Amino acid sequence: MTAVETTPARTGGAKAALVTFSTRHASVLPTFAAIAILIVLLVGAQFQFGNFVSPGNMSALLYDNAHLLILAVGMTFVIVTAGIDLSVGSVMAFTGILGASLLTNGVPVWIAIPAMLVGGALIGLLIGVLVQQFDVQPFIASLAGLFLARGLAFVVSLSSIRIEDPVMDWLRTRFSVGGWYITPTGIIALLTVVVGAVIMHRTRFGRTVYAVGGSEQSARLMGLKVARTKVMVYVISGLCGGLAGLVLTAYSSAGYPRNGIGTELDVIAAVVIGGTLLAGGRGYVLGSLVGVLVFGTINTIISFMGADQSWTHIIVGALLLLFIVVQRAIVARSERGS
Amino acid sequence: MRLVKHRLFWPLAALITLVVVNVIANPNFAKITMRDGDLYGNPITILRESTPLMLVALGMTLVIATRGIDLSVGAIMAVSGAVSLTIIDGVSDPNSVPAVLIALVVGVLVALVLGAWNGFLVSVLGIQPIIATLVLMLAGRGAALLITDGKITTVNSEPLAFLANGYLILLPFAFFLWVVAVVVVALIERRTALGMLTEAVGINPEASRLAGVRSRGIVWSAYIASGVLAGIAGLIYAANIKAADANAAGYLIELYAILAVVLGGTSLMGGKFSIAGTVIGVLTVTTLDKTLQFFGVAPAQAPVFFAAVVIVVVLVQSPRVHRWGRSLRVRGRAPAPAPQAAEQADRQKEAVR
Amino acid sequence: MTTDTDVPALVEMRGITISFPGVLALDGVDFFLRPGEVHSLMGENGAGKSTLIKALTGVYAIDAGTITVAGARRSFESTADAQEAGISTVYQEVNLCANLSVGENVMLGHEPRSRGGIDWKAVHEQARGHLTSLGLELDTRSALASHSIAIQQLVAIARAMVLDAKVLILDEPTSSLDRGEVEQLFAVIRDLKEAGVAILFVSHFLDQVYEISDRITVLRNGKLVGEFPIDDLPRDALVTAMIGRELSDLAALSSVADREIPRDGAPVLRVSGLGRKGLLEPADLDVFPGEVVGIAGLLGSGRTELVRLLYGAERADSGTVEIAGESARIHSPRQAMAHGIALSSENRRAEGVVADLTVAENMILGVQAQRGWLRPVPKAERDAIVGEYMEALGVRPADPALPIGNLSGGNQQKVLLARWLATQPELLILDEPTRGIDVGAKADIQRKVAELSAQGLSVIFISSELEEVLRIAQRVVVMRDRRRIGELDSSDVDLDGLIDYIANADEGSVAR
Repeated sequence: MTAVETTPARTGGAKAALVTFSTRHASVLPTFAAIAILIVLLVGAQFQFGNFVSPGNMSALLYDNAHLLILAVGMTFVIVTAGIDLSVGSVMAFTGILGASLLTNGVPVWIAIPAMLVGGALIGLLIGVLVQQFDVQPFIASLAGLFLARGLAFVVSLSSIRIEDPVMDWLRTRFSVGGWYITPTGIIALLTVVVGAVIMHRTRFGRTVYAVGGSEQSARLMGLKVARTKVMVYVISGLCGGLAGLVLTAYSSAGYPRNGIGTELDVIAAVVIGGTLLAGGRGYVLGSLVGVLVFGTINTIISFMGADQSWTHIIVGALLLLFIVVQRAIVARSERGS
Repeated sequence: MRLVKHRLFWPLAALITLVVVNVIANPNFAKITMRDGDLYGNPITILRESTPLMLVALGMTLVIATRGIDLSVGAIMAVSGAVSLTIIDGVSDPNSVPAVLIALVVGVLVALVLGAWNGFLVSVLGIQPIIATLVLMLAGRGAALLITDGKITTVNSEPLAFLANGYLILLPFAFFLWVVAVVVVALIERRTALGMLTEAVGINPEASRLAGVRSRGIVWSAYIASGVLAGIAGLIYAANIKAADANAAGYLIELYAILAVVLGGTSLMGGKFSIAGTVIGVLTVTTLDKTLQFFGVAPAQAPVFFAAVVIVVVLVQSPRVHRWGRSLRVRGRAPAPAPQAAEQADRQKEAVR
Repeated sequence: MTTDTDVPALVEMRGITISFPGVLALDGVDFFLRPGEVHSLMGENGAGKSTLIKALTGVYAIDAGTITVAGARRSFESTADAQEAGISTVYQEVNLCANLSVGENVMLGHEPRSRGGIDWKAVHEQARGHLTSLGLELDTRSALASHSIAIQQLVAIARAMVLDAKVLILDEPTSSLDRGEVEQLFAVIRDLKEAGVAILFVSHFLDQVYEISDRITVLRNGKLVGEFPIDDLPRDALVTAMIGRELSDLAALSSVADREIPRDGAPVLRVSGLGRKGLLEPADLDVFPGEVVGIAGLLGSGRTELVRLLYGAERADSGTVEIAGESARIHSPRQAMAHGIALSSENRRAEGVVADLTVAENMILGVQAQRGWLRPVPKAERDAIVGEYMEALGVRPADPALPIGNLSGGNQQKVLLARWLATQPELLILDEPTRGIDVGAKADIQRKVAELSAQGLSVIFISSELEEVLRIAQRVVVMRDRRRIGELDSSDVDLDGLIDYIANADEGSVAR
């Protein structure tokens, strides 16, 4: 038997290395683009304002966007399976107000916090079952989840609930080193990223998520557990919604049923900008981290400029469009290629 | 039996049931009174307040018929309201009818451009409808906020207020507006071949292509129609609150519109659409909304009920539930791995060969 | 080499019956697969090949019959069950995940794990081992999508090895491979055979079937025709077994094949060198006024591809088309229609009927598409068109307001024929117009085609039923393995002659 294909890397040379890289890691390119955008934004802002890349500012980036980051991790799982979850903003609001209400009614914090997480996961489970068992389009199923969670948030309370709870207060204590600081909420967000990345990259479940997104039919024919995986990603997204509700409630020391209106769009935009393909099959939790940082940085720059905050959405919308068109081109090319 | 089989039977039955429940619970629900030669009362309010949703759902019906979806309608409403009211706010006499008319036309034209943009992304660039319209859904509201400088632009303009609250022969002007819109759309779709070709493209794009149907223009026109109708809806909304509120205008309306379309019997999978069904669907949604208010549910809590309605409706449409229904009736063998779907997939595979 | 029939079968399928709503896809079929043999499963479209394979791989549940693997009764609920029993499948369209790396595709679901989760180093090492045993030196970390389909097929086989497959099903693995790639695949198949793997092979390419198989099982219309050692089944016997003989009452139809067609004038259509890489090797075709040209060949021979390229349904990358002596550029079905060409697709459900629209709407769709949406076909004209064709073709039930999905296959086909006739084409292309429809509808359609051609319409007629082709067409173009191999005058040849030609003729030979 003869060898039929040789590895390009073994022929040596920089060009060959490039070829190897591109055959191995083409799917990382959008994430690199996002990193490049982030760097350009930071450097540009530093030149413009002089004091932009300061420890305080950079620490605030994580502090202010911790809830977005958590939601983005969950959303990455869903989008990589080629699904979508529109319910995340509402789930965050619901679990936040639920937690606030439980705490003010004297429920101990060690019951309230799990209740928030379970509440989020249950809504995710509902969406997942609708998608998987009843062939409902993810968009519609998660829409039902959005309605449900938003309505439930207002059922819990029509107005915001302030909370005074030592644990919740502790969650936003700042541990400072020099000008830098980090809060437990920030640590939770970063831990979510790490756990999410490990699950996606180092477990069979995570690899099945990618396989389902690459080709659900193939995944099924390869004997992978497709149904369970598809339900699970929505549960994970719901769980992240619950966690984000906890973090946001601690951050604002209040539950507010109007929280997170339109947040699902911000999260989807951040995930896509971070290099996850909306058509599924490609994407990284770490890319979504970058996407959220890009989103947060644009937000901060705009408030530095004193410009209207609505510019954030216009710019993010434009970036989203750019990434979608580029993704479309990549997909079209890979379809031609095969 | 024939009656039951009619596609509008169930939507209509749902609406009538809803009204009957209301009337039994509270006889005042259906009460109509005459004041100053105009009619007032709950049913009239429902007809009047249905207008924005009716217009948006009408456009959504056409988009869904092409197998698409338009998420940006709420954002387009915000933009058209912001544009028109900013213009009216800027003129010396906000009560001047020509000035208001021009402002309204500009608002609708902007909406048309936005609709055309969506259509371009979908029909020319071939981007999935959900994603293509997501862009505008995200950026549109931001643009509207910029136009209004982030404030809520309030305007006191008689001609504008007339749009939402004025009366024409006994009934609200807004009611006539949606009736006219429904009739015009129905005429364009059903008196030309557009409706049939739209359905053909939505049901079987490949067969339509082989039959020589120019699907690009058809899909594009659906998004333009959706944009224009959403633009008008935005004006009605702004006229009603006498202000351009870029955050609240059309908030979640895409979801209610989709719900109304589905309630009216048009499948989300595209194809056959029913304008009459959408009218019934919208009236059902608005009536349900009023009903919840009547029963003392806070408006903010209403989504819980709508979520339940959405879930019931999608379950009723779900193939699996249909199979259960069939196997209960036929008492045949349980079709383990969806033979029908599998067979269909098979034939599609055959087509690829 | 041929394996001994006495070797106990590894897979025994007995009396397998599967029905779908309205269709009996498999009717009591027996199938035996022995270790160390390559066993080809042959049959035309709708014969039940894929259904049988799907029964064996757990995609479909069987209604009746038994499946025994290595002596144990099995009932598969899913592909995972079948894999566990040692049955692996490599499909035509490569059912792997193009978004993942080569190594991961080989190992997916069976990744070696250490304490920190999946051990990627071990994954790629093991994958490389499996690939090497198939003679493949690949960068296992490269994306699957960066390799050719042939390599992807081999990766799929390597995956089957990870599952320690005792039975390997190759479902048309060669349909998109070139000659060299096929050789490479066959080398791997032979190695596996030596190692005692039982291989079920499906291909439309007769040459390949005869090159690699030890045994052939033929299915037709969901029934078993028979199991034959390769040496006992010459090619023409195989083709006959696959195609069968049609019912005699159709043969009573008056034959129009003897009609003299003057071929000295300009042809309605002249195609030269039309082709597309991987789809069809450049082919020629002439059609004269009033002529019916049949295209004969098995499924996958390129017969459908030729007419799709011609109609603009697919882009050609070589060749020219002349219509009535003038060169024509056809890049879309719309342009083809503007040149007076109509194509009725072989795939009625996916490419023909618009299921939820009514019979009348389906009939006028082509006319309406040509006119554009602004000029609806007036009601009177529409009623006239619909009335005329309902009558002329005998569509049943004769209610134009019914959704076409409610009609039987034969009547749907009549409606589609009406759709194309209503556009008043100069050249009508019918791809398998009579497949899977009842005898009455079949006779109606054949009669109509004969009648129209007598009135001057040119027709290209594609059918798997060779008797039908011989009866209707004056000239028969024969295709095999995506090539045109020649043409025959149908008055000079009988069914056996045509079968022999399809099975054995050398490329370029002309039997005229």
